[in-house]
Amino acid sequence: MATGFQTERAVPATARSAAGQGDGHRVAGETVISACGLRICYGDFEAVRGIDLDVYRGEVFAFLGPNGAGKTTTVELLEGYLKRTAGEVSVLGVDPEHADADWRERVGVVLQESAVEPDLTVRECLKLYAGYYGSSRPVDELIELVGLKEKADVLGGQLSGGQRRRLDVALALVGDPELIFLDEPTTGFDPSARRAAWEMIGGLQALGKTIFLTTHYMEEAEYLADRICVLAAGRIVGEGTPQTLGGRDRARSEISFTWPAGVGRADLPPVLLAAVSTEHRGRAELQTAAPMELLGTLAAWAQEHGYALDDIEVHRPTLEKIYLELTEASR
Amino acid sequence: MSVYTAPHPRSPRRPAHALVAHQVRYDGLAFLRNRQSRFFTLALPVLFLVILCAIFGNGTVRVAGGEIKESTYYVPGLVAYGVISASFMNLVISVTAQRESGILKRRRSTPVPAWVLIAGRSVVAVGTGAAIAVILMLIGAVVYGATVPGRTIPAICVSIAVGAITFCALGFALVTAIKSADSAQPVIQLVTLPLLFISGVFVPSDVMPRWLLDVSNFFPVRHLQQALLKGFNPHTVGAGFAWHDLLILAIWGAVGLAIAIWRFSWKPRAR
Repeated sequence: MATGFQTERAVPATARSAAGQGDGHRVAGETVISACGLRICYGDFEAVRGIDLDVYRGEVFAFLGPNGAGKTTTVELLEGYLKRTAGEVSVLGVDPEHADADWRERVGVVLQESAVEPDLTVRECLKLYAGYYGSSRPVDELIELVGLKEKADVLGGQLSGGQRRRLDVALALVGDPELIFLDEPTTGFDPSARRAAWEMIGGLQALGKTIFLTTHYMEEAEYLADRICVLAAGRIVGEGTPQTLGGRDRARSEISFTWPAGVGRADLPPVLLAAVSTEHRGRAELQTAAPMELLGTLAAWAQEHGYALDDIEVHRPTLEKIYLELTEASR
Repeated sequence: MSVYTAPHPRSPRRPAHALVAHQVRYDGLAFLRNRQSRFFTLALPVLFLVILCAIFGNGTVRVAGGEIKESTYYVPGLVAYGVISASFMNLVISVTAQRESGILKRRRSTPVPAWVLIAGRSVVAVGTGAAIAVILMLIGAVVYGATVPGRTIPAICVSIAVGAITFCALGFALVTAIKSADSAQPVIQLVTLPLLFISGVFVPSDVMPRWLLDVSNFFPVRHLQQALLKGFNPHTVGAGFAWHDLLILAIWGAVGLAIAIWRFSWKPRAR
């Protein structure tokens, strides 16, 4: 299971600059969340079937899995909303089933579905929640952080879906938590709002926060997560960094191109033919453990026959593909 | 499992009474902003008083000790209605909506104690009930010449307080039986409307058959109306405390509170 390894931050350079010098806050091996043999049943249905988890201070931990895999159940247990059937759990050094006000002071929660107070403005809502905490962040600063400055005096009931979600995030941050749970924080966002949310989450990591993220979006996990854990049917089926999950680093590269007019697999030389894995919508896809060698052969063949192959792509298997393999294998 | 240490110390939270005051401030603000709350809780009792006095204003009603003007009779009845509307009907609808939309669940993820949330919402309900009582008394006296009590004002205040707290407890209890926000409104009408009609709030009880009075005497609405009527009845001698009615109200309140503590859920139930 997870050992305290710290990897190079696995995100594009843009995210890294958004996160600033966040890595300096990380203390290797300091466990924020630890679960061992966790099982959760609803009556006869076993939603979570024995999982082990470790989340370290300062990291973004992404929890992936299909609908019904037990993600939200696990998160709600870690947030102190549920009782477990078996196993040991510690969050910020405390069993969340016995969470008290001092513990809640240090944990921020963005629930998967929760309305904002419809009859309070953004600012009033944040002030209400700020008053619940001993230490809280300045409300106006938070409004700015989540990009709701123009909407600060608008009633919660009149916000758009994306604006409400940003208020959800601000409400989770108002107590200046050490640990933040984000349950599908960008569901329903358009691409630019999602990008803005990612930069904000990267910024939270820069502040030294530990983030437990559940998501359906592979790009989101790839962009934000230090480590990924995949859950399917209540069990962990894969764990690693975005680069190493499911043996992605050892997996074969894919080369794909559109067949030139009138050309098919029968026209390929034997070496290339053997590498063809699929054909879809007029595109050939080749898999290989030695991409440069195969590309050389392919280039020679194309040049010889005068094929341009101008839409050729070479890539590692996408995180989505790895994810689908992992989750489908468990069915 | 390594030991986790908090990175920085935290300031102490506000004391409990300040937390309740904080909650009351924002729950009160939200109540006043909500058009539905304002209409059903503040405007409707006044409208009922105007309509009932317009229809029956010049007649008399037989009560303990003699006869009184219909308007004098309707003021305590509609004060009872106002209290029930604020601390029971409005509370059930708004708390169910807050539970089903996840607002209560989110509030519970913060350090605020559960009892502060319940107390805050109850104070708003009791305060609203008291405000509507004062408004109805003033309108009754100024517009319809209803008798203004003097000596019995402490008894009226106690009756309003006991009634409001009782119906808050019953409200939190009823919320536990409602499964979705959509069913809150029909359930609340089903529970309260018949009781309001048989308890002398809209129809004077001197015209009602004995068996119907026996039924209404079991439920709390009648006892709040009777306790308030005793305070407003000019024939009442002494301080006007209806101890018997207040006791029955308190028993209902205690039962409601027990059910609420036993069954109250902070999480949505419909999903």
